[in-house]
Amino acid sequence: MLLFFEQLLNGIQLGVFLFLIAAGLTLIFGIMGVINLAHGSLFMVGAYAAAAATEWTGSFALGIVIALIVSGLVGILMELVVMRRLYDRDHLDQVLATFGLILFANELMTILFGRTPLFLNVPAILNGAVEILPGVQYPLYRLAIIAMGILVALILYVIITKTRAGMLIRAGSTNRDMVAVLGVDIALMFTLLFGLGAVFAGFAGAMAGPLISVEVGMGEQQLILAFVVIVIGGIGSVRGALVGALLVGVVDTLGRAFLPDLLKLFMDPASADGIGAGLSSMSIYIVMAIVLVFKPSGLFPVAAAGR
Amino acid sequence: MTAPDLQDAPANAKKRHRFDSVQTNRERFMKTNRMIAAAAVALMLGGATTTFAADPVKIGMITTLSTGAGYLGEDVRDGFLLAVAEEGGKLGGTDVEVLVEDDGRKPGNGKQIADKFLEKDKVEIMTGVIFSNITPVVVPLTMKAGVFYISPNSAPSIFAGEGCNEDYFVASWQNDSLHESAGVYANELGYKNAYILAPNYQAGKDSLAGFKRYFKGDIAGETYTKLGPTDYAAEIAKIRAANPDMVFHFLPGGMGINFLKQYSQAGLKDTYPLVVSTASMDERIMGAVKDAAVGVRSTSHWNLAQDNAANKKFVDGFKEAYGRNPTVYASQGYDTAKLIASALKATGGKVLDAKDEFRAALKKADFESVRGEFKFANNNHPINNWIGQVVEKDADGNIVNSIVEVVSPNHKDAYADKCALK
Amino acid sequence: MGSIRTSVLALAALVFALLVPQILSYYGEDYLIGSASRIAIYALAAMSLNLILGYGGMISFGHAAYFGVGAYVVGIASFHLFDGSTIFGFGGTDAALLSWTLAVIVSALVALVLGALSLRTSGVYFIMITLAFAQMLYFLFVSLEQYGGDDGVIMYNGRNTLPGLDLSDDTTFYYVCLAFLVAFTVLVALLIRSRFGKVLQACRQNEDRMRALGCKVEHYKLATFVLAGAAAGLAGALNGNHAEYVSPDYLHWTKSGDLMIMVILGGIGTLFGPIVGAAAFLLLEEFLPVLFDTANLTEYKEHWRIVFGPLLILVVLFARGGLLGTLATIGGRNER
Repeated sequence: MLLFFEQLLNGIQLGVFLFLIAAGLTLIFGIMGVINLAHGSLFMVGAYAAAAATEWTGSFALGIVIALIVSGLVGILMELVVMRRLYDRDHLDQVLATFGLILFANELMTILFGRTPLFLNVPAILNGAVEILPGVQYPLYRLAIIAMGILVALILYVIITKTRAGMLIRAGSTNRDMVAVLGVDIALMFTLLFGLGAVFAGFAGAMAGPLISVEVGMGEQQLILAFVVIVIGGIGSVRGALVGALLVGVVDTLGRAFLPDLLKLFMDPASADGIGAGLSSMSIYIVMAIVLVFKPSGLFPVAAAGR
Repeated sequence: MTAPDLQDAPANAKKRHRFDSVQTNRERFMKTNRMIAAAAVALMLGGATTTFAADPVKIGMITTLSTGAGYLGEDVRDGFLLAVAEEGGKLGGTDVEVLVEDDGRKPGNGKQIADKFLEKDKVEIMTGVIFSNITPVVVPLTMKAGVFYISPNSAPSIFAGEGCNEDYFVASWQNDSLHESAGVYANELGYKNAYILAPNYQAGKDSLAGFKRYFKGDIAGETYTKLGPTDYAAEIAKIRAANPDMVFHFLPGGMGINFLKQYSQAGLKDTYPLVVSTASMDERIMGAVKDAAVGVRSTSHWNLAQDNAANKKFVDGFKEAYGRNPTVYASQGYDTAKLIASALKATGGKVLDAKDEFRAALKKADFESVRGEFKFANNNHPINNWIGQVVEKDADGNIVNSIVEVVSPNHKDAYADKCALK
Repeated sequence: MGSIRTSVLALAALVFALLVPQILSYYGEDYLIGSASRIAIYALAAMSLNLILGYGGMISFGHAAYFGVGAYVVGIASFHLFDGSTIFGFGGTDAALLSWTLAVIVSALVALVLGALSLRTSGVYFIMITLAFAQMLYFLFVSLEQYGGDDGVIMYNGRNTLPGLDLSDDTTFYYVCLAFLVAFTVLVALLIRSRFGKVLQACRQNEDRMRALGCKVEHYKLATFVLAGAAAGLAGALNGNHAEYVSPDYLHWTKSGDLMIMVILGGIGTLFGPIVGAAAFLLLEEFLPVLFDTANLTEYKEHWRIVFGPLLILVVLFARGGLLGTLATIGGRNER
């Protein structure tokens, strides 16, 4: 039973981690309506910037700040050079162009940093574990990620629903021309919005750095999951992204934790291990398919952004 | 270079190719180390004029340079090319041209490159494949073409037993031995039960089977992880719940880095010590996790600090040329080149024109291996001395993988007896 | 479309395609016939995707699933023949007529089931649900231990057998692939001009209006989806034969992405766009690195993607309608 709660917590933690990645995507994909496959590249940029800056300054906090700045700047550059020409194109053009961006970004990072994964460790202050359940030590850093995830969710929610900028964003994504006519510099607004999405992606990358290997292509593994999360939740909905992320995290973790043992009840151990691993890999896609079959616009449909 | 080399080679544009390749190898070094650039240019010019004499032996290297596993192929290639550069573009006194292509870790690409090397470039020796799922595509094609294949890394069981071939050599290890030796080391360390985990693919399953073949204790639990996952929290919780003496895993490259970071953060590294094979604990993994690697034990057939003249020359040369420590993969690439050099020297540069002699010379393995002694079993796979290592922090604060003891000397793989070769 | 100029160009392209083996062997580059077969196979797969993507307006991000299923049918049949074992009580086979037909039927059935479920959604949700199903199949094949799991199935018996033709001969195999490509092109050409094709394209433009007119939009869409799945299955079967090897890699989402990119690159919703796109994509992948050699930039050869990526972006930004659209514009007339 104790193990179950621990695994549940692991699932929630993974969910929050996925939400961190998906948060930026909610802005860019959900609200601006642009498919940006290179979101994973921004995640990678954040992680690399954090690793390099932490190595250079010796401070993880400073590393995070620099990562935010770098990924935001890279995002703005990306918007100015490529993305802004794609807003009025259909999704397919966006797919092709941003796929090109992925190839470029990965190769550039290989040239700049080589193929050796970079070093980035948990800062001393967040190192170690705390006993959250009797006999269960939980890494402090993972708890910090949960805290950060909640913080980001709040920030995002406030930006979108409570501020004037958020109002303009929502209005702008619904009807660009109308907002422009009202005297708002919509181009600038979209540039900044894309930059903000990039900052979120970079933050997720920087936070992920101490947990996972900082290597070229690290973003693509997360990208698909991030898309899954926001599609399950309902595109454009912050609440949906959070719920979707938690659902994916919990299902995935519990699947990995218990499916093989469950299958062993009625099949031989060797095939149970193999099939269990296969099934748990499939689990999140099964969840997504089930959700979409019964709720074709995700769990929390947003009227404005659908396509 | 003697006249017979020229007789069946059409004297056409091939010479130009060869000049390019000599240049290529040099350029790689220039890229990584500007300091020796000037010297290299001088060598290159000198080399280029003197090597116009005859057609070089073409060696096709299909390796993995892209994806997260790209560093494995990079090191095999760099180790190999270092040996070529030491001789100024030659191996065993014979001019060689090394063609390198990236398979992107995809078997389909591997096949395409193999077709090109064998049919268009007419290479005489093939090498380079990193991953066990690409070897079964490349090796049969190579054998069908009657060309030699010398593996610098992967050596799946299908080509070690009944499926062995007289023209297929392995300069690294048979896949299973990597993990068998970890099993031996675990016994040596007195562990009575182990939790084992590996990715859910064939090489992963083989690794667990290999470990279990030699490990005498109980298995506290066995888990197949997803391919390339990034989160191991669920697996780590299962390990803690199982409360084993030790943990063995086969998570090479980025997967191993992810696991180690998270495992050490969970505070389990000292409670449930890790005993792994060298694939899950190489120099680059150590560099990426630093302190999190300290205390991890592993087995390898080669160690950076191994005390022999060949290894000293290799390690120094590698550091100077590329500015980083060589990994075990680099040592395998280097050994592969040295093995080829020894055979070329014996046949005076002939490969396919004197297949029997070349084959016999390869089998003799008359070269100074960086791992020390090198000899082949009947199935053309090496009989390695497996070393137990432990990652430590040295006096200067560097993370080093120190030799503890030889744990499994003269380790012959489990399939050799099924191979009909003598 | 349908102008004399287009027909002449298409005919010229066909003649060229027929002469490819001779041209290659004239230049002593016979080994490239394999690449030509691969282009024909991927063109077939891309064309089938274009049917739903371009004409049907259904953005499927899981088309590799059908490609992979078709390939696995061939691979599994070959495996059981080699192994001497049975599957569902049947022995294996390497008869092309049997296993290719089976590949088409099985992938069509899979497309029928997955298509029926996916078509409940639309827009981005459709993209993602097709991706989800493809990923499930991908992991299914990864966990099929008997068929090598992630390592896949090697066809130890070599390519399938076809009465009267030696498929192990690369030139023969190329012509077989080309024949299927041409046949499917003709089929698509006829289809889009038929009443069925007109309705399908009308659905893409305004689904609600068609529905108001009493048209069973879903049926048309599903039928197209199944046809596309079947053709992709055939392409997969051919590719399995080409490589003599089948692995879950065939179903990976990046493969779906590649197919999509071929379609967009060539010119979406045009008859010949997918062929141009597949050829351009595969040729660039193969020869961009070679160009680095030629330009004396060998040390950067392994980084060829740094050119490939921006090239794709440029196509999107400046070559509207893909390569074919641009060619047509340069030629002074618009294809469509």
